[in-house]
Amino acid sequence: MQLAATLRKEILLQWRTRSQIAAVFIFGATSLLLFSFSIGPNSEALRLYAPGFLWLGLLLSSTLTLSESFHLEMEERALEGLLLLPASDRSLYYGKAIANAFQLTLLGIALIPVMVVLYDAGTTRIPAMIGVIILGAAGLSAPGTLYTAMTSQLRSQQTLLPLLLFPLVVPVLLAAVKATSLIILGDPMGQARSWIILLIAFDAIYWSLCGLLFGRVVED
Amino acid sequence: MRGSRPASRSSPIEGRRKPLSVANDSSAAIEAFELSRRYGRRWALANVSFRVERGSSVLLAGRNGSGKSTLLRVLSTAIRADRGTARIEGLDLRADRYEVRKKIALLGHHTNTYDALSAWQNLAISASLLGMPASRSAMMPLLEEVGLAERADDAIVGFSAGMRKRISIARVLLQIEAAPESAGASVIFLDEPYNQLDPPGFRFVDQMFKRLKEKGATVVMATHLIEHGAKICDVGMVLEGGRLIWSGPAADLPMRGGIAPALLTEGVA
Amino acid sequence: MTGISEVSFAAAETEDQPRIRRGPLPYILLAVGTLVILTGAWIGLFVAPAETFQGNTQRIMYIHVPTAWAAMLALMFAFVSSFAYLFNGKWAWDARLEASIEIGTLLALLLCIQGSIWAKPTWGVWWDWDPRLTTSAVMVFAFAGILALRKFVEEPGRRATWSAVATIVAFIDVPVVYFSVNWWNSLHQTQSTVGNIAPAFRVPLYTSAIGFVILLTGLIMLRARTSEIRLSEEIAPPLEPVASVGGIRS
Repeated sequence: MQLAATLRKEILLQWRTRSQIAAVFIFGATSLLLFSFSIGPNSEALRLYAPGFLWLGLLLSSTLTLSESFHLEMEERALEGLLLLPASDRSLYYGKAIANAFQLTLLGIALIPVMVVLYDAGTTRIPAMIGVIILGAAGLSAPGTLYTAMTSQLRSQQTLLPLLLFPLVVPVLLAAVKATSLIILGDPMGQARSWIILLIAFDAIYWSLCGLLFGRVVED
Repeated sequence: MRGSRPASRSSPIEGRRKPLSVANDSSAAIEAFELSRRYGRRWALANVSFRVERGSSVLLAGRNGSGKSTLLRVLSTAIRADRGTARIEGLDLRADRYEVRKKIALLGHHTNTYDALSAWQNLAISASLLGMPASRSAMMPLLEEVGLAERADDAIVGFSAGMRKRISIARVLLQIEAAPESAGASVIFLDEPYNQLDPPGFRFVDQMFKRLKEKGATVVMATHLIEHGAKICDVGMVLEGGRLIWSGPAADLPMRGGIAPALLTEGVA
Repeated sequence: MTGISEVSFAAAETEDQPRIRRGPLPYILLAVGTLVILTGAWIGLFVAPAETFQGNTQRIMYIHVPTAWAAMLALMFAFVSSFAYLFNGKWAWDARLEASIEIGTLLALLLCIQGSIWAKPTWGVWWDWDPRLTTSAVMVFAFAGILALRKFVEEPGRRATWSAVATIVAFIDVPVVYFSVNWWNSLHQTQSTVGNIAPAFRVPLYTSAIGFVILLTGLIMLRARTSEIRLSEEIAPPLEPVASVGGIRS
């Protein structure tokens, strides 16, 4: 199936541009540092707001990784070349979205230790944390891939992508922050599950919807 | 998409259309009727109608901005027409877009490559999407054919214009061989293939052109090199302002192609 | 082997052109709608009783609730227009899309403003994180973003397709946003803005609501006309349907 082929392509591309993800990680870590300055050395508050800052940092970093992933496609019109082979737009979308989700997950996991150190916000429930990061990254990646495909064909991508994406992913942000918060600070009433279900629902809706719409956005 | 639509379209979001149209005429590789495309206030292509037999080689001539690239891109389904219809080997451009793409290959102004990856990796991506073997060793014969064997592992980013042309042609060859007899690409669109090439590159394109003809492909080549093109092509078409103003045997083009004499004297070799 | 010859297809269908529409209907709707709203407002301000707990601040409901309904209707129409455009590509639908997004965004913004005006005397803050209010805010940003997208895309066809896609994505998000904010909010137990609607309040409310819907229809129609006029200036005029310009010459 073509999806396997596109995934293979994405892995190749990500491997070749792996220095990029390191740079984005530094950006994310710096954001977390700067956010902490807005609170000051108040360890209670820092721990309370840590999940929010983690996800904000991840959100801001996402526009960087997303736009880079399409830069390679548009440079020499590689994407168009693939579409004309023919390659189904759906497999191209899912390959790209999965790759982006993977990159964001890596980024999120890498930022956890930064958060733990800067905000003293640690947890022993690592699998749960990683689960939330995967679901949140997937939620960012699905609409993000669609919108990046659109905006990378315009000059004003840097402004438009966040403008379009951020309001859309409010539910992801809310749910991910709440779930992370409950994992770190304790969850006596077992509410984290509901937030995770919300994330799953968002992911299900947007992974199907954006896959259907992708074709219209990359074809002229 | 804007423009007219046949009544029996299925979901445009999905991109799949009604069942394959029956080939109207088995000898026609390309049939176009009032094909038009606008960009803003300008019709880049206006009411272009013609028919090309299978196995012909067509020289598409015209000034810069006359619509040659637009025509090639519309016919290869890279962009949509706003008006008019066309068929590639009996398949409708709009309704059977996906199937049409199996039949065509476009060599455009861009290399369609991932510059960060190597030559063989780029070809392998295309090969795997076409369902063909995609290992490095499987790509080597193709790279040898286009003279890039020693550069197989080099990233495209360092390639010269001539080498880029070679890798693009390798892709076209891949698409032709994509499947058993007559299921691969058989209508090839070349958009100014001689651009930016040195004499060896030039000869290489000629060789490839000959090979395509030998395989029985239908080739449409847009180029400014009228006299050269007229020698190797069967038929000629001239576009001006998006309209088809002349068509006929390629040999006649330099002499009787209307605007062609002006094209000839304006600095072309 | 070779040849270029005449083709014999059925005549190609003509491309769609934006139409300049005239006719008084939108103006009539605007006038009627305004009148009805004013009537509803008068009843709401002077005839209906004050509410027991909130007093006169509750009267904002007579425009606040209809504004909310109108905003939802406008954006729903935008959603429908998106599908219509993607399916049949007629410029009229793009015009309607632009109109309904613009008006819907404006109404959502009004909703936020009205909500703030109500919240200050009631809760002492300019903003309460009530799900409806917060969702309205997100909607303002989401759809304002689509309007911004339209400004940055010059080619009309692309602009239409992309804003249709973005509208579908954004609209489907609205219930998801509402749901998640509601959940998030319920943990903090904030009250919602409007209470039950007792019979005494229904007359001004529904009058106002009907007025809003009429006004909305008129506004969308009028704004869509403007869009179509602009489109007709942006798009190349139709070609004369000449059959086979490039005939045989051998």
